Amino acid sequence: MTTTPTQATDLVTLTIDGIEVSVPKGSLIIRAAEEAGIEIPRFCDHPSLDPVGACRQCLVEVWMPGPPGPDGTPSEARQMQGPPGRMKPQASCTMTVAPGMVVKTQVTSEAIDKAQQGVMELLLINHPLDCPVCDKGGECPLQNQAMSAGRETSRFEDSKRTYPKPVNISSQVLLDRERCVLCARCTRFSDQVAGDPFIALVERGALQQVGIYEEQPFESYFSGNTVQICPVGALTGAAYRFRSRPFDLVSTPSVCEHCASGCAQRTDHRRGTILRRMAQNDPEVNGEWNCDKGRWAFAYSSVGDRFEFPMVRENGELRVASWPEALRVAAAGLGHANASGVLVGGRVSAEDAYAYAKFARQVLGTNDIDFRARPHSAEEADFLAASVVGTGPQGGAVTYTDLGSASTVLLLGFEPEDESPIVFLRLRKAFRKNKTRVYAVSPVASRGLAKMGGQLIASAPGTEAEVIAAIKAGRGSKRVEEAAAALAEGGVILVGERLATVPGALSAAAALAEHTGARLAWVPRRAGERGALEAGAFPTLLPGGRLVTDASARAEVALAWDLAGLPDTPGRDCAGIVAALRSGELDGVVIGGVDPFDLGIGDADAVLGGAFVVSLEQRPSAATAYADVILPVATVAEKSGTFVDWEGRPRSFEAALTTTYVSDYRALDMLADEMGHFLGCRTQREVADEMTSLGAGTGPRPTAPNVPPAEPRQVADGHLVLATWRHLLDQGSMQDGEPFLAGTAPRATARVSATTAQTLGLADGDEVRVDLVTGACVVALVTISEMADHVIWLPTNSAGSDLRVALATEGGDHVFVTKDGDA
Amino acid sequence: MADEQKSPGFFAELFAPIAGFGVTFSTMFRKVVTEEYPEEKRPTARRFHGRHQLNRHPDGLEKCVGCELCAWACPADAILVEGATNDDTPIEDGGAGRFSPGERYGRVYQINYLRCIFCGLCIEACPTRALTMTNFYELADNNRADLIFTKEQLLAPLQSGMVQPPHPMVEGLEERDYYLGAVTAATDAQRAHVEEQSMRHTQEPTEEVH
Repeated sequence: MTTTPTQATDLVTLTIDGIEVSVPKGSLIIRAAEEAGIEIPRFCDHPSLDPVGACRQCLVEVWMPGPPGPDGTPSEARQMQGPPGRMKPQASCTMTVAPGMVVKTQVTSEAIDKAQQGVMELLLINHPLDCPVCDKGGECPLQNQAMSAGRETSRFEDSKRTYPKPVNISSQVLLDRERCVLCARCTRFSDQVAGDPFIALVERGALQQVGIYEEQPFESYFSGNTVQICPVGALTGAAYRFRSRPFDLVSTPSVCEHCASGCAQRTDHRRGTILRRMAQNDPEVNGEWNCDKGRWAFAYSSVGDRFEFPMVRENGELRVASWPEALRVAAAGLGHANASGVLVGGRVSAEDAYAYAKFARQVLGTNDIDFRARPHSAEEADFLAASVVGTGPQGGAVTYTDLGSASTVLLLGFEPEDESPIVFLRLRKAFRKNKTRVYAVSPVASRGLAKMGGQLIASAPGTEAEVIAAIKAGRGSKRVEEAAAALAEGGVILVGERLATVPGALSAAAALAEHTGARLAWVPRRAGERGALEAGAFPTLLPGGRLVTDASARAEVALAWDLAGLPDTPGRDCAGIVAALRSGELDGVVIGGVDPFDLGIGDADAVLGGAFVVSLEQRPSAATAYADVILPVATVAEKSGTFVDWEGRPRSFEAALTTTYVSDYRALDMLADEMGHFLGCRTQREVADEMTSLGAGTGPRPTAPNVPPAEPRQVADGHLVLATWRHLLDQGSMQDGEPFLAGTAPRATARVSATTAQTLGLADGDEVRVDLVTGACVVALVTISEMADHVIWLPTNSAGSDLRVALATEGGDHVFVTKDGDA
Repeated sequence: MADEQKSPGFFAELFAPIAGFGVTFSTMFRKVVTEEYPEEKRPTARRFHGRHQLNRHPDGLEKCVGCELCAWACPADAILVEGATNDDTPIEDGGAGRFSPGERYGRVYQINYLRCIFCGLCIEACPTRALTMTNFYELADNNRADLIFTKEQLLAPLQSGMVQPPHPMVEGLEERDYYLGAVTAATDAQRAHVEEQSMRHTQEPTEEVH
């Protein structure tokens, strides 16, 4: 069961520089000194990494109480000694506190001050004085501590050791070897936190350096953190190299827009250009880490193809228009349309989603609005209404902290490393520190699962519902039984968005949670999905999780919005809106950040060609190609707002850049105004205030769906069932403009089990041709020892394996696989 | 008290009306201190703080490494610098070229002479002696824009032995050799490189016509 350390009773009291402090047993002296307000210089020490004592900068003098005398009281404290008669300094970052210990730091001990200066002098022997051209200069712990704990002159007279610079550890991370002080922060981070030990300290003595394995590049999703925690300028990011100095940056706290993890970040910008983003420390959410996508994928807004002005289609061609004209044309077009729907997309802030939700109900008079620009189902809508909407950390929903202390975590249709990397880091930490057992119902045991010490409960795509039912029943393979028993002791079930594609799976997941008492959380992939759900950008839900079918909830919202009433029939979901657009039932649509390819629409012309399309977009997409009016909107750096992370935790962010771009809510407000409605979404404050005053619905929560699993389809001879999800780094449009980041994206490979490969006569490394419903792709084959048979896994949207655009196919399809070159 | 004053005397009273001209007459025979500016420009003191200059290495490469320490030191916030990476990729392959020895150079360099107070802290901050001050003081204009000096204006003119960057470093030498005085003039290889580039540059438009 969960072990919570009882802190209050296990305190150890010691004296540091004459100040008495009480810290939890097992604390390090350096942490205890921080408690006392004393800063000991350090390089290798990092609170989130295991102690190593590599740099020796944190030396202190330690006195221990002597052995007890006849009356039982300890005799006079004795100094810890090295050679006879000489004090031996101790590294405070590796030594734990003991009762009665007396510690003297550089503040009170001259000998320690001298020792620290000596260590600093040695560290600086080989460290180049290239601070003027070093990216770390100005924010460098070595620079700062050389000032505070070093001597002003060096006695070193030889020429310094130099290396040719710099070495590419990956396409994004560069290493200047002569700057390295061998603190091993980067290698420890990669090994311990990320679980990608692709870098290590190699060679010996003065030649020791950080190196990579020749055959395996440093392709980690978390490599950017090594750049951030490097205490010198040895590791730098290629994207930021020589771009700026710390002192001309303006920093704005922000929240990452790339996934539902909700990382706190810092956006550093200079004169209207974002230069870099750093992870901010938020212990409850991302710790002090983020992923490379959050750190480096911000260039999409500056690749040069932004819509700067509204555009209006005239004689089949888009042309630049003024805002009043564009709004007039859009209002007229939507006014003339018989019925219109709203596709929000999963990337907008909660305030924007709220404006879309209000716009659909008030101005268009419809519930045809959905944020799910991905495979989805009606079952998912019921599941979200029953088990997800309105939950949050305050209401006792699953949090990151709960993941860290859970005894068992079951992952259903969810690959944390690719789909919510901070959840992955938290689960890996839980596995390392808390022995949390992780089970995954998935077709393939990924490397990410191995890093969490996870166990695979293999399930071919489409059979997840049966497998979950088997866990609930506690009958099946040994591992299923183990998982069932572990869950019954209390645990957490994390459900990914991909489970919506399997009929009955979400019903089974909810039933499993109810049966075992395990806590359930839904982890979407995109940052805006959870916020849009709460804001009511959903066919069956109004803001605050109120049901469209609940008359009193409707009345409550209508009163707040000052309307006579709201449409009372549940709307079409995303697929329904697309089908209605195709059939002509809907002839108008307002599209937010939605790419038709994400909806599996290969023939956007048939869907959007006949309708009046108003697109609120940042950059050209397949949707804007059919837009009749394009209203340019702000990117996340240019607007303030709130994302809601998967926990249900609001993550507010400020606008980093001051531009003329407006957020979606403002554009919708102006459009509503033109159509004769007052939307009341002019400023972020106005929207947020209205959302707060409206609050959460108090109506009864619907019951969880109970959809029976579908009969699995028979797999024809020579065919395999396709399993797919997106890599974290792929061809996504929000990773555009950053070639160094793209260089670290995993290559597309087809994964099959060893047995399946043998049956098909294929071997590791073969180029295989995968024939899909509407196309084919050729990728290298990788055999996986632990994987469901008769299944092939391909990334959804990676180079060479774009199932989304070219092939318009989804998981669960049956595909034909041959060795490339064979007819 | 007044009645105790003596009478000045006859001669004094006689010349009193023109006594003031005595100063004038005597000054006529003194050396004139008036400077005939702008017809005649006199040299300033040797260490006068005048307009800045961005110096070059003896082969023409820029000394500025784009470190922005001058901008940081500037109390008037008059300096703007942006660094960039030197690129040894051949220009025909899309390389941006090399402007300074080492990895980094100052891509953007501007001094706003409406703000500059000529204190010289930037000169003290410069780690490569790239930025120095000349004695040039004629910094007046009738519009603001022209008083923001850009890198092209601030760069020292090419002297004998120098060739215009971008061009590679002296072959076989490292960045540190430039600071140790190992470079005295542009080498033949550097000259050939620059000539080749300028030939290419002049030929390009005619190629496009065909």
